[in-house]
Amino acid sequence: MIISYEPDSFPPTGDLVSRLGRTGGIFLRNVGRGTLLVLQAFAGIPRALAGSRTDIGRALGQCGIRSFGVTSTVALFTGMILGLQAGLILRAYGQEMRVGYLVAQTMFREMGPFMTALILAASVGAAMAAQMGTMKVSQEIAALEVMSINPIHFLVTPRLIAMMLMTPVLTVYTDFIGILGGALVANTQLDVSWTAYYENVRFLLTSREIWVGFFKAWVFSVLITGISCFQGLSATDGAVGVGTATRRSVVICFLTVLITGYIITRMFY
Amino acid sequence: MMVELVNVYKRLGGRNILNGLSVSIDRGETLAIVGPSGTGKSVTLNHIIGLMSPDRGSINVMGMDITKLGYRELQKYRSKVGMLFQSGALLGWMTVYDNVALPLRECYHLPEDKIREKVDGILNLLSLTDSAGKFPNQISGGMQKRAGLARAVVCNPEIMLYDEPTSGLDPVMSRKIDELIISLQKRFSMTSIVVTHDLCSAFGIADKIAMLYGGKVVEYGTPEQFKASRNELVREFIRAQFSINIQTGGER
Repeated sequence: MIISYEPDSFPPTGDLVSRLGRTGGIFLRNVGRGTLLVLQAFAGIPRALAGSRTDIGRALGQCGIRSFGVTSTVALFTGMILGLQAGLILRAYGQEMRVGYLVAQTMFREMGPFMTALILAASVGAAMAAQMGTMKVSQEIAALEVMSINPIHFLVTPRLIAMMLMTPVLTVYTDFIGILGGALVANTQLDVSWTAYYENVRFLLTSREIWVGFFKAWVFSVLITGISCFQGLSATDGAVGVGTATRRSVVICFLTVLITGYIITRMFY
Repeated sequence: MMVELVNVYKRLGGRNILNGLSVSIDRGETLAIVGPSGTGKSVTLNHIIGLMSPDRGSINVMGMDITKLGYRELQKYRSKVGMLFQSGALLGWMTVYDNVALPLRECYHLPEDKIREKVDGILNLLSLTDSAGKFPNQISGGMQKRAGLARAVVCNPEIMLYDEPTSGLDPVMSRKIDELIISLQKRFSMTSIVVTHDLCSAFGIADKIAMLYGGKVVEYGTPEQFKASRNELVREFIRAQFSINIQTGGER
């Protein structure tokens, strides 16, 4: 069963070696269950798209529209910091006009997908984990199962679709706002003209950077949805359990995004 | 036998919760499972609905051993079973109407006019017509239970499971819920299993009562047989419940 209604059958107790072994066992079991959850959520996509789609619309609103404010702020300041730091170093070599290229490369390749994923994990992912966890401990998930409604298709699939659509969109938005932030700093503090900055971004940025960024964003969206929903659906022990599930979801999402981001970068560059 | 649990064992969190539990219910009967907290009453219901599987033993329902069913077969089996959860378990973002309509939309894919007809009928039966457009957090605990009950019976289940239907309710509302259980039982001819602490409720609605203690049945019989039991555990349970009611001025 992907969603268990029983507490852990083998809680980590005993000496250090057996505790490590049991913790490893629980970790592997959870990775397996989480993977199955994501696969089952994918399997529910055709039915979700054929249905009323109001759930997808609601999830799109939560993932996208409500995240634009914080994303804009984070992206703008990330770009400004990048522009300033890179610009100061480049100025030492008389290459400050290249700052646009550096900011754009960094935003598209790494910072755009990474910052967007972190924002989504901390806001949307945490909300998903908390909502699923609350539903689990208040027996709403069990009620869905009793009604022969697959909770993964009913709850996880619309969120997965919304995240897969919105994360790449938000990532591109983050990239452009970040580049704009870099341009502001370049123009006001490094005396790089708007035109020079723009030309650098335009001519030196290849489509490869854009597609790798898209790919990263898509992978992150699946990971954040899978981890957050799985942690929520694994919650036990009332309000404390929901809090633990939410915290775990954010921590695991951060670590997974970081490690997966490195692996994808290593694959493509 | 409609439902038969044979020698069921279950260990949870390092404790033996069910310890060789055996109990059976005939078609159309109402069985009340009573007993102190932590004796495995709700775990028994979770086994009957297939949310938990036993470590040992078999659970036969309508001639099937449900411990051997796959996910799809289990879903098909569950469509014949309704369950009222302790908290009502209504989905918070849906109105009472949409909650009750949910299984008809998601599982039976009925047209909206048929759904409206069925949902309006059941809401009317349970005096919830005025609350149809309200969200669960806008109605009282008793109404939430009735809405949960409406959702559970809207698909005409053959077996109905009740997990503490009167917990958290005042005595007047508790007796109303009991009356509803009896009237639904008569109307839909369901086999019912009621898990409860409330002996007054059990005596009023059940054909048979089983008392669980230490994960197994220590007394089983009609309400009259249960009241006349010489089992010390049963006598203490009855005594404790009614003496508490007298001390607190309860009306049971």
